[in-house]
Amino acid sequence: MIHFAELYTRLDRTTKTNQKISALIHYFEAADPADAAWATYFLSGNRLGRVIATQLVRTWAAEEADIPAWLFEESYQTVGDLAETVALVVPDGNHHYSKSLAECVCEDLLPMRDLPEADQRSRTLQIWRNTTKQVRFVFMKLLTGGFRVGVSKRLLIRALSKHSGVNTEVIAHRLMGTWESTAESFLRLVDPDEGDSVASRPYPFCLAHAVDNKRSIEQLGEHNEYAAEWKWDGIRGQLIRRQGQTFLWSRGEILMENTWPEIEAAAASLPDGTVLDGEILAAATVGDVLPFDQLQRRIGKKRVGKKLLKEVPVVFHAFDLLEREGEDIRLEPFASRRKKLEALLRKVDPPNLRITQLMQQTAWDQLAKIRETSRQHHAEGLMLKRLDASYSVGRVTGTWWKWKVDPHTIDGVLIYGQKGHGRRANLFSDYTFAVWDGDALVPFAKAYSGLSDQEIRQVDRFIRQNTSESFGPVRSVTPTLVMEIAFEGLRISKRHKSGVATRFPRIVRWRHDKQPSDASSLAELKALLDSPTEPIEQP
Amino acid sequence: MNPPLTYTDSGLYCPAGDFFIDPIRPVKRAVVTHAHADHARPGSESYLACAVGKPLLRMRLGSESDFHFLDYGETINLGGVNLSLHPAGHMLGSAQVRLEHKGYVAVITGDYKLGHEPTCQSWSPVECNLLITESTFGLPVFRWPPEETVVRQINDWWRDNQAKEICSVLYGYAIGKSQRVLAALDDSIGSIFTHGAIEKGVQAYRDSGVALPDTKHVASAESKQDFRGALVLAVPSAHGTTWMKRFGQVSTAMVSGWTMIRGWRRRRFMDHGFVISDHVDWPALMRAIRLCDPEEVWVDHGYSDIVARYLNDTGRKARAVESKMSRIEEDQPQSSPAASEAYQ
Repeated sequence: MIHFAELYTRLDRTTKTNQKISALIHYFEAADPADAAWATYFLSGNRLGRVIATQLVRTWAAEEADIPAWLFEESYQTVGDLAETVALVVPDGNHHYSKSLAECVCEDLLPMRDLPEADQRSRTLQIWRNTTKQVRFVFMKLLTGGFRVGVSKRLLIRALSKHSGVNTEVIAHRLMGTWESTAESFLRLVDPDEGDSVASRPYPFCLAHAVDNKRSIEQLGEHNEYAAEWKWDGIRGQLIRRQGQTFLWSRGEILMENTWPEIEAAAASLPDGTVLDGEILAAATVGDVLPFDQLQRRIGKKRVGKKLLKEVPVVFHAFDLLEREGEDIRLEPFASRRKKLEALLRKVDPPNLRITQLMQQTAWDQLAKIRETSRQHHAEGLMLKRLDASYSVGRVTGTWWKWKVDPHTIDGVLIYGQKGHGRRANLFSDYTFAVWDGDALVPFAKAYSGLSDQEIRQVDRFIRQNTSESFGPVRSVTPTLVMEIAFEGLRISKRHKSGVATRFPRIVRWRHDKQPSDASSLAELKALLDSPTEPIEQP
Repeated sequence: MNPPLTYTDSGLYCPAGDFFIDPIRPVKRAVVTHAHADHARPGSESYLACAVGKPLLRMRLGSESDFHFLDYGETINLGGVNLSLHPAGHMLGSAQVRLEHKGYVAVITGDYKLGHEPTCQSWSPVECNLLITESTFGLPVFRWPPEETVVRQINDWWRDNQAKEICSVLYGYAIGKSQRVLAALDDSIGSIFTHGAIEKGVQAYRDSGVALPDTKHVASAESKQDFRGALVLAVPSAHGTTWMKRFGQVSTAMVSGWTMIRGWRRRRFMDHGFVISDHVDWPALMRAIRLCDPEEVWVDHGYSDIVARYLNDTGRKARAVESKMSRIEEDQPQSSPAASEAYQ
C-alpha cells in the first residue's frame, strides 16, 4: 500500500506524460502481480462501490479529530474532497500499516462491507491510526471511490505496453470489458503471446474529433473522401454475437444486460463472430427517431415493464462492422467495412436492428444545409468518416469527425455560487444562472465549465465580496455578472423553477459588455423548447 | 466594560487614541503591524510601527512617509490609551498591538505564528480582555508538519534536481517567507539566485542584522549564466512567464500553507508544494487563544465565521468581524509578473 501511495503521489505531482509513464513503469516493475492487477483496476477508473456509508466516515473522522460534525463539513467544503479532508483532519498516525495493495483491498476494504457498524468503525480507526497522511489519503480514496489522478486509460495502456513489450492495441483490447483483479489476469494482460480471445470482450471504441471554429470543415480536405451520416443522440453501443451468446457494451465499457431486450433478441439472428458498432435509439421498428428524453426513461431501469416497452421501443442503429465471421476487420478501410455491413444486414434483416443511412449528397455546402435540419431529426449533427480509414482505437485525429449543430445560447445572470471540487476546491467555480420572468430572476441552468482559470479566480473574488446570503455551501450574490450560456437542448421540467431544463449547459463567454437588465427573458428561453410535449420526469 | 475599538470603513479604529490599525484607506494616524502590502498601505499622514521592521517599512511605504517607531515592549500614551507592540513571529518586525484603556486590555495579533525560527523574534502571549486574531488558516485541516521535516524535503528536492542537472525554482511570498526559507537552505548544495522583489527583501533583512546565505540577483547574472543545479527563489507570479525561460529545464515548487490542499496545488501546475506557513495553523490558533485567555475574541482575516462559531461552541465568547476586503487568499499569483514586481 505504501508503494501504491507513493505511485499516487508521483502521478499527482506532475502534469507531464513522460514522468507519469515512468512512475507507472517503475511501479509495475517492482509490484507483485496481484498488486499490479488492483492498481490496473483503480487506474482504469474502476471503483469498489460503496464500502461504508460516507456519512459514517464523516462522523468517525470528526470524532477522531475531536471536532464537531459541522466543522468537519466546513472543512470538507474548503478542501473539496472527502478522502483528503479525512486524511488532513485526523491527527497523523504511525507507519505500522504494512499491507500490500491487494491485501488492503481483499482483507480490509472488501470484507468491511458486510461487517456490523461497530466493527467497521474500529477497523477504520485502526487503519487511520497506523497510517500517515499520504497512505491514509489513498486508502480513503479507495474506500470512498472517485479515484482520479490524471491518468487516462490511454496513458495506462502506454505504460503497460512499455513495461511488458506487448503492443498497445493488444493491451487496450485485453483491458476491455470486465477486469478481474487477480495476479493471473495481470499476467495474461502482459503476456507476450498475443493469440488470445474471450467471447465477451469488446473492441476499444473509435472516437470522433469535433469540427468547430478551430478546425473548420474546409480543412478536412475533399468532401468525396468522406461518408456522411446523422450523428444520433442516443447511447453508443457495441453489439457482440459470439459462441451463441450476445453481449451489448456501452462506451463506458459497462455490459448492459436486460436493459435492451429488443436488441438482444434481434442480435440472436446475427451469425456467430459478428461485432457491430452503433447507437441505441428510441424508435419504432419503422418510423422516426424519438427525442433523447424518451430514451432516458429506459436508462437505469433494471427491469423494463411492458408499458414502457410499448411506449419507448428501441432499435440498434448499426454504423460499423468490426468483426465478421470471427475475423477482426478493423484494419480494413471504412468503405469496405460498410459494404460488408450492408451485405450482412440485408441477409439477416431483423427488426430492431437497422443500418444507419449514408447521406446521398456529400458536397460541403449541401451537407451544411442538411446539418441545419438536425434538430428536426432528433440528431445532434453530422458524422463525417474517412472512406479509406481503418477503425482506430480511441480518439485519433483525422478518421472520424463530429460536426454538431450550433448550440442554443442565452444570456444569464449569475445568482448563486458554490465551491468546486478537486482542482477547483475552495474556489467558487460552480454557478447558477437566471433569466428574467417579469421583474424576477428565475434560475434556469447550473454551469461549471467554460471560463479560464483566471476568470474563475475573478468570479471567485466577486462572489466572496458580494455575498448577500449563504445557505450551507451555496452563496447567493448580488445579480451583476452576465454570461452567455450554451446548451444542447431544452425540455419542460416541473423540477426547475423556470419550468424548463437545459441539457449540457456551459459558459461560452463572460459578457462584460452587458448589464443584468440586458439578460434574456424566460419567454426567449422557452421559444427554444425541443418539443412542446408533456413533461417527463425521472423519479 | 466596552472595548476601546470599533470597525469603520477605513478599518479597525480606536476613538480614544484617534488611530487606526492596519487601515485599508489613507488615514491621519496608522498603527501598522507589519510590512506586507495588505497591512501597510501607502497614503496615511503618519505611521507607528515596530523599530525592527524599519528598512522593510521604508521599502514598502517610501522613506518620505512620517514614521514613528517603537521597540518591542515600549509603551506610549495616545489620548489616554497606552499602546505597546509585542513580537508576532510572522516576519521581521511584525508586531501584535496591545492597547490599554481604563484598565481594559485589547490585543490585535496582526498576522502571527507560534514557534521559533532565526529570521524574526518569536511570538509571545499577551494576556488581555479582548483578543482580535487573524484566522487565515482557521480550519482543522491545517496542521503544519514539523518545520525541520519540510526543510529537509526542500533541500533533498534541490539535491535531486541538481543530480538531474536541472534548475530548482522555489516560489514564495517576496518578503518574509522567502527570507525565512533562504535562512533554512543548505547553501553547501549550490548557488542561490533571487528574483528582484525578493533580493530587495533579502537586503533589508541583512541591513537589520539577520544572517542569510549568499544570494545572487537573477537580473544581474551574466547573460550566459548556467542555472543547472542552482536554486532560484522567485515570486509565484513569475510561474509560467518568459522570465523563467533563462533557467532552462526546471522543477518548480511553492512554499505556502495553502499547498497543504491538493486542489490548490494542482490548479497552480507546480511540481511540488512545501508546507511552511507564517500564520498559525489550527492547533496553534487554539493554543494562542488559551495562552492569552481573553474574555472575548474577535476573529478577522480568513475563516472568521467558522472559528468564532467553534469558540462559542466550546465556551469562549467570540464573534466574526470580517471586512469585505479580508477574504482573499494571500500568496495568490498576481495577474502579471510586471505588476507584481512593482507591487512587491
